[in-house]
Amino acid sequence: MKFFLLLYLAIVTMSFSFFYQDKELEKSIQRGSEVYADFCVTCHLTKGEGVKNAFPPLAKSDYLSKNREESIKGIKYGQKGELVVNGVSYNGTMPPMGLEDDEIADVMNYILNSWENKSTKMVTPEEVASLIEK
Amino acid sequence: MKNSIINLYLIVVTLNFSCAQEAENKATISLNAPFSDELFVDNLQIPWGMAFLPDGSMLITEKEGKIIHFLDGKKIIISNVPEVYQRGQGGLLDIVLHPNYKENGWIYFTFSSEEGEEKGGNTAIMRAKLKDNTLIDKELLYKATPNTTKGQHFGSRIAFDNDGYLYFSVGERGERDINPQDITRDGGKIYRLNDDGTIPSDNPFVNSANAKTAIYSYGHRNPQGLTKHPETGEIWDNEHGPQGGDEINIIKKGANYGWPVITYGINYSGTPITDKTEMEGMEQPIHYWVPSIAPSGMAFITSDNYNGMKGDLLVGSLKFQYLERLVMNGINVVKREKLLPDLGRVRDVKEGPDGLIYVAIEGKGIYKLVPIN
Repeated sequence: MKFFLLLYLAIVTMSFSFFYQDKELEKSIQRGSEVYADFCVTCHLTKGEGVKNAFPPLAKSDYLSKNREESIKGIKYGQKGELVVNGVSYNGTMPPMGLEDDEIADVMNYILNSWENKSTKMVTPEEVASLIEK
Repeated sequence: MKNSIINLYLIVVTLNFSCAQEAENKATISLNAPFSDELFVDNLQIPWGMAFLPDGSMLITEKEGKIIHFLDGKKIIISNVPEVYQRGQGGLLDIVLHPNYKENGWIYFTFSSEEGEEKGGNTAIMRAKLKDNTLIDKELLYKATPNTTKGQHFGSRIAFDNDGYLYFSVGERGERDINPQDITRDGGKIYRLNDDGTIPSDNPFVNSANAKTAIYSYGHRNPQGLTKHPETGEIWDNEHGPQGGDEINIIKKGANYGWPVITYGINYSGTPITDKTEMEGMEQPIHYWVPSIAPSGMAFITSDNYNGMKGDLLVGSLKFQYLERLVMNGINVVKREKLLPDLGRVRDVKEGPDGLIYVAIEGKGIYKLVPIN
């Protein structure tokens, strides 16, 4: 009986934190969509489709799913040099946008959960803060 | 029978009208450009503006906040440059010399500045002199208010006209429904000042209640090209539209260029902004681009160096990464051509005192167009 009670409490706690995180993620995505509309949409466009040979797509992007940390650093410190997205090579320059760590987390969460991208691990401002330019 | 003739006539007329801008909105690749491109300054990140000093050297602004003096093949970083508000499209932006630079030494430049009470930044214009690789005698001539943390539309190109008036642009700072149509607010405007920053007594809104009296024209979105027409002396601008609807305008005193009440563009999301492309009391562009090319700096070719190109207008395309040549007949665009395809995002274009064209390209540097004869 005691075991079941503990199990019950554990499940309640876990599901609470799960749904809580979900709610947090939802809010972060919502804020991130506003950051996106302000800072990103001009080049990467509304559906993350990008512009061929100029601005890499964010939609269904293999680069994003494989390079989480590099993607965050790209937004934080700017991106320069060659990178390959969905088999196409890009060699452009993206200046650092001057975003706060929480804004970077929000916009990453928005991008990672839009246009057929999927990520369950939420990006937090702490994670953004911990990434230092090499 | 009579009806069918009228119908036929109407069809022809309609076709002619609907095709007019249609044809202009197709740019062809130039096959026999009368020049070759030569890398003149290498290794630049985002060279936003450039100015030519009388000794043949060059001043270059890097968006991140540097002024570079390019002298005898070397890059010298100028010190005592003001702090820039580093956010979104903000940074150290355009740079221009006073028309009498040789006599007075004044250098004018624009940047995003945090000056003021509120959080964020807005466009500022400053003048200063250069001594021993340092800016001295800095004077802040104008700072748009209020500050905002929005990342877009700082405008900021600078031009002088033949009477020595100083023009510069400030974009609408992401507040299209608040700023551009309101002359009591900054943003979405082209301004005119005397060269010392004072406001000319015949500026259009000096007698309007609460108006920002430095305003010369309004209803702009984000003008990032501003230049003087070599023959008429008029100031021409180009500006970014939303999705579609980039424009070239001739700037008239007190005129309203319509944003966002009229536009040839739509929202990035594909939804309409307005169903109107024209309205009484609002200026029509002399050219608009659909789709948008994201126009940057612009310059007229005034020399005979490039065979058949004298009088043409050059505009950089940030989006499609080429230099656009607009063959002009007066104020009409006759033909559009793509020059320098695939070199990168063209940020600025200027005609140097040597009559040659210089093109600033992001991630690359500054290219000189060397004529082939």
